[in-house]
Parts: sequence; structure tokens; C-alpha cells
Amino acid sequence: MPESPTFAQPDANALLLPFAGSRREIVEYEANGGYDSLRKSLGMTSEQLVDEMIASNLRGRGGAGFPAGKKASFLAQGLDRYLVINGDESEPGTFKDREIILRNPHMLIEGIIIYLWMIRGAGAYIYIRGEYAKEAAILEGAIAQAREKGYIGSPLPGTDYVANVYVHRGAGAYICGEETALLSSLNGERGQPTAKPPFPAVSGAFKKPTLLNNVETVATVPVIIGMGGAAYAGVGTEQSTGTKMFSLSGHVNNPGNYEMPLSATYRDLIEGKGGGLPAGRTLKAFVPGGSSMPILMPNQLDTGLAFEAVVAAGSMAGSGAVIVVDDRTCMVRFALRTAEFYMHESCGKCTPCREGTRWITELLRKQEAGLGTLEEIDLLLEICNRVEGNCLCVLGDACAMPVRSHINNFRHEFEEHCRLGRCPCPDDAPMSELYPPLLKAPLPMVHA
Amino acid sequence: MSDTLYDEIQREIAKYPDRRSAILPALRHAQEHYGWLSPEALEAVADGLDLSPARCLSVASFYDMFFLQPVGDHVVEVCTNLSCAMIGADKLLKEFERELDVKAPGTSADGTITLRCVECLGGCGWGPVVSVDEEYEEHFKIEDVAPLLERLRSTSRPSESHA
Repeated sequence: MPESPTFAQPDANALLLPFAGSRREIVEYEANGGYDSLRKSLGMTSEQLVDEMIASNLRGRGGAGFPAGKKASFLAQGLDRYLVINGDESEPGTFKDREIILRNPHMLIEGIIIYLWMIRGAGAYIYIRGEYAKEAAILEGAIAQAREKGYIGSPLPGTDYVANVYVHRGAGAYICGEETALLSSLNGERGQPTAKPPFPAVSGAFKKPTLLNNVETVATVPVIIGMGGAAYAGVGTEQSTGTKMFSLSGHVNNPGNYEMPLSATYRDLIEGKGGGLPAGRTLKAFVPGGSSMPILMPNQLDTGLAFEAVVAAGSMAGSGAVIVVDDRTCMVRFALRTAEFYMHESCGKCTPCREGTRWITELLRKQEAGLGTLEEIDLLLEICNRVEGNCLCVLGDACAMPVRSHINNFRHEFEEHCRLGRCPCPDDAPMSELYPPLLKAPLPMVHA
Repeated sequence: MSDTLYDEIQREIAKYPDRRSAILPALRHAQEHYGWLSPEALEAVADGLDLSPARCLSVASFYDMFFLQPVGDHVVEVCTNLSCAMIGADKLLKEFERELDVKAPGTSADGTITLRCVECLGGCGWGPVVSVDEEYEEHFKIEDVAPLLERLRSTSRPSESHA
């Protein structure tokens, strides 16, 4: 039968997962200093905790890279304030939050309790994607253990504050990783984004002020409180501090999650940790931060993993999901598979995204089948431009940005499809069974 | 409506300051009881949450994991997003379709197994990923298809979730 996941060996600089295997039991976690940061934080005021987060300069690990301390400082006052953890990890290529939960769930729970104490929150909800059934069960188990130890459900030592933590499972919707969509979903609505303002910091979970952070961000909190914000800021680069999880997949010898300091480069990740591409293959392109980000080319391998370095290279660090693409891969097919995903996941609320993702996909289907025209390549770019920046949330952009980069970097491949009237790739090229050439199957046009 | 489902829904409601937030867990429990979200199942959820069945259907229809049509005893989901598709999930899917003699999404003629493609399951480095009744099977190979289907055909769907 298939093997279970194999975890990578820890990097020498690892802070989140500095050990091999997993530490799911609270006794193991505590034996290695677990919950010490919580005890330390109980002697600190809310302001001191926020200041420590600001000093760490930690940038959110969900994709946008917003400074976590600043976010915490924005939270509106109020009697009932909530903490929500975004564990809806669904950006294609991303599986890092899952590994944190599988290997070190108590680090997340400890971070949640520290953050709850910091905001004197009425409760915390971990919104975990529905497909992560095993991971949700692991979190329930960790919460039960923390409850037995008195960290949850009874007053924290020396205080009258009681932390309450719940697991809330999603039900299969990429868009629920977007903060306002996640909150709509948690509030019992369809998981559609809403206009901001009001921002979650004012009206979020149950219409109350809500602090919303990614799993990895909150799991980093005990590290920061433990070593001090200033010391944490000494790791990585000035603008991108600390270590971060990178999910490496695609055509690479050693795929997996790798925690690396943000001062490292994509070459360190792909060639160093990942062992490069399989023998005989060469690098065609790589996705630097989840499928919604513009691709980077082989001559950009020395780009730093830091947020600012990826922006300077013309893309974004996103969720830290790196997909390696080898020379056999048809980039028209790659663009099509990317666009189809965003079409499927568009919530349908606003027109540019709902219509745009569909038209991008339809035109790419024609291109892949060799039925497209050269004019339609420009039309594709035009639609990308019309979608980007014109939607309520960034899902439309998430479709337009990568597709534009596929066309701009590999326009010759699109043109070749038009000229030949078919996909020039051999039958055993990656993804060939998903998109059989036109002669083998009718073109699946959609006019719903 | 079975008392158990009603009780399960009430226990979920207790976790939230607003009962409406319990709709996803309530729908999940109902799907476990009824096998899919039939009109009867949606009525039960509506009853347990004190919401209209139409609202329950509206919410349920937004999410991929809720079945608004009957499914087989087992549900096999093949991730065909980029990372998995690039390393052979496309061929895996074809093999499932051939073995089951059904095109995804669809259910085998004997009604035992529903096959469908799903978007990224979050196992990209351990792919290809196949989810079997909500349990991940990773590093899935073509030669794993036949033994898996044989195992599934010989067992009936468990009545409770794996969570």
C-alpha cells in the first residue's frame, strides 16, 4: 500500500520544527521546553506582548506577508474579541501548515493561548480545511491534553483568564482561505468574501473584533516570546525576519517541507534541500509561492526567499509553495491547469472574477487543443488585465497573474500550438492524460 | 429525524456564540447519517439549527465536500492539481476510470464506488494524493489502484466519519 508522508530532516537553523519526526504528545512537547513561553507571557502585559511581536518584525505566513505585530495592534477594543486561526491551507502546492499540525500541534496550541491571553479573547477558533480530517483530530487531541494540564478551560496560573479553543472544520472551498470569506463561512454563511471596511479587526467572527492569523504565524509566537522579538528579528533578512516553512513539490528529487531562514535563496531550497531535478531533466521554470504567483525562470534561481527579494524579481513569496517545472512540461497545459483551478474556486460574487476566470480557461482550452489563434493570445492578456485589481478579493488576480506570466515567458509555446494546430508535446509529457489532443477526444468547451 | 443527529447538532451549537455557525458541522453530521444531503437530511439540519431548509441548501451547495446527490458506499478522490498532475495523477485517474469503467465524476455501475477529481488536497510533496473516504493515501502508484478498489468493494462504508 502507499507509504505515509516522510518528513524532511530539520535544518540547522530551524525554530518551528527543529527535530526529526513528530511531538504530538504534550509530555514530549513540555519535556522540550513546551508551554514555557506561555508561562513567560503570563508575566507580561498585552502591550508588552504586542510590542514583542512588533519587535520580531514577523510577517504573516499565510500569503500576504502583513506584519503580525501591527495586525495585533489594530484589533478594536471590546468585551468579546475573538482569535481565528486560518488553517484553510488550499493554495496549490502548499502543505506546510499540515506538517506543523502533524508534527508539532502543541506549538500551535501554545501560540493560540498566548495570543488569546494577549487579547483577553473570548475564544479561539481554528478554521481548518475540511479535507484535513486527520489533522483536525490531532488538534482536538492536543486541545484535550492542554485542557487536562490546565492550559485550556480553567484559569491560567496566577490569572482569572480562561482560554477556550475550538476546532472548526471547513467543507471544501479554496476561497475560505481569504479572510473575509473565512469569516463568512465561520459565521454560517456561504464562504464568500465581503467588502472591507469593516475589517475583521472591527467586525469578524460573530460580528465581533477578530484577530485572524495563519497557522504558521501563530505557531511562531511561542518561538518569538521564548527568544525575544529582537533576537528573532536577527534571523533572516531585515525586512523578512525569522525562518519560514517552504513546501517543495513538482519535478524535484526530494520534495517536502523545508524550514529555512528567510536569508536563503531558491537555489538553496531547490538544489540544496530538494536535491535538484531528476537526472536528465533541466529546470524550465518554478512557481515561487503557490500557483497564484507569477512564475520565475531558471536565471532567477539565486533570488532570495525573502518577501522583498521575490517582489524585486517580479513575483511574490505568497504561501511559500515552490513548484518545480521540468523541461518536458507543456506551459500551455500548465497555464490551463492553473486557470481551471481558479475558475472552479471563484465564488461567483463579482463579475470580473466569475466571468474572467471562465473566459481565461475557455481560451486556454482552445490554445491547448491547438484551436486557438495568435490574436487570442493577446486577448488572453487583455482579459488578465481586466480581471486584475477589479475584484472584491484577490482570487481573480490569483488567476490573472500567473497566466500572464506563463504567456509572457513562454509565448513561443502558445504560438507553436496555434501554428501546429495541436499540442506539440509527446504523449507521455506531464499532464498529457488530463488534456488528450483534440483528435483523441472532443474539446470540452463550457457554455453553461 | 433521528435523536442522535439532533443531539449531535445541539452539541455543535454549544461551541459557538451563534447557532448559525454550527451549520458546517451540522451538515457534516447529517451527511454521515444519510450518506448524502438529501432533502430529508437538509430538513433535519434545518430543524436542528432552527433555520430554513433553503438556507441549509444554499450553504451546502457552496462547498465541495457536501454531496447533493447520492454517492457510492465509498468515495475515491484523485487530486489533479498541478503538483500531483505533474507527477502522474493524470495517469492514475485514467487507471481508476478504466478499472471502474466510469468517467469521473461518476459512480461505478454496482453503486459501490464514486470517483471524482478534486483540487489540491495539501499533500503536494507526497503526491500523487488520493483521498479515500476522507483518508489520505499518499505516494499513490498505478499498481495501488486495483488492490485499493478490491479492498473497497469488499467493505461497506463506515457509518461514522474518520475524524
